[in-house]
Amino acid sequence: MAEVPVGAWLHAVVRDADPATLAAIRGMDGGPVRAVSAAGLVAVVSSASLDEYGEEPLRRNLEDLAWLERAARAHHAVVEALARRGPVVPARLATVHSDDERVAQSLDARRDELVHTLDRLTGRGEWGVKAYLAPGEVTVGTGTTGAGGVGTAYLRRRRAQLTAREERQQVASAAADAVHVALCEVAVAGRRHAPQDRRLSGASAPMVLNGAYLVDVATLPSFTDMVGSLNGRHPGLHLELTGPWPAYSFVVEGPEPALTGREPG
Amino acid sequence: MTTALAPNSADDPLAYRPVALVDLLDRVLATGVVISGDITLAIADVDLVRISLRALVVSVGSLGQTEDA
Repeated sequence: MAEVPVGAWLHAVVRDADPATLAAIRGMDGGPVRAVSAAGLVAVVSSASLDEYGEEPLRRNLEDLAWLERAARAHHAVVEALARRGPVVPARLATVHSDDERVAQSLDARRDELVHTLDRLTGRGEWGVKAYLAPGEVTVGTGTTGAGGVGTAYLRRRRAQLTAREERQQVASAAADAVHVALCEVAVAGRRHAPQDRRLSGASAPMVLNGAYLVDVATLPSFTDMVGSLNGRHPGLHLELTGPWPAYSFVVEGPEPALTGREPG
Repeated sequence: MTTALAPNSADDPLAYRPVALVDLLDRVLATGVVISGDITLAIADVDLVRISLRALVVSVGSLGQTEDA
């Protein structure tokens, strides 16, 4: 049988990983994960056959929802298992190097940044807060039929309903901004992901906030209390908390630079 | 492996839920860009998101599009 080249799928970078922890973790396709050590850091990788995880196959596979879900969940399981032991810098899905040597080189090249990020994430976790438009009647006075008869009245009522719906959206959107600001005050950092499409999320109501918050373990109770009280304060919204997540959304600080992995200098 | 974190209750905003694929994709696709693999260097961030969104939309589309009517 011809040998297919095997690359390394990067899951995450940690300060240290003991062999027993790694031995208990399943990686891509249920295979083992291993440590690539360099520059005082450890990259945790899965072996990735390039006939499945090479660039062209990946492009195809990423369009296959079943494959995508399997890959995302396998990757997440590794990152999450590592996150339970300490700070991790998760790699984006589908970060594949041609061999361990390349992984080690990127650890070397990005050492300072990685160490800084690991320090920043220590003792902190990511929480997601999503806000949906609360289910509610769009109430519009039925009014009188008035001049113009039943047809016109219907159209007028219909128009009023649409306007009311728009207004409700605007109010909800302002409330979502307020929720985000309030949560950022009790969190170390916050950022907003694009609201999820209802067809993808299966939610019954439109999403107006898809926030991620980096929270100190010590202040987690104040954060969750805040979510609860905001939920009460904004009856037009329904808040949903997810987490704890590994700090996926806070690996890059501030506005995201276009990183290519190999920069001059 | 912990997929389900805890039981989920309808009205408690603090209730845990199993990790939803959409929530997971928000995170694993759009972020974590500190290191790019040399193999996947050419699959740019935007590209990756677009490719996988296409997978989602195609599969959702095949379920029917009654909602847009």
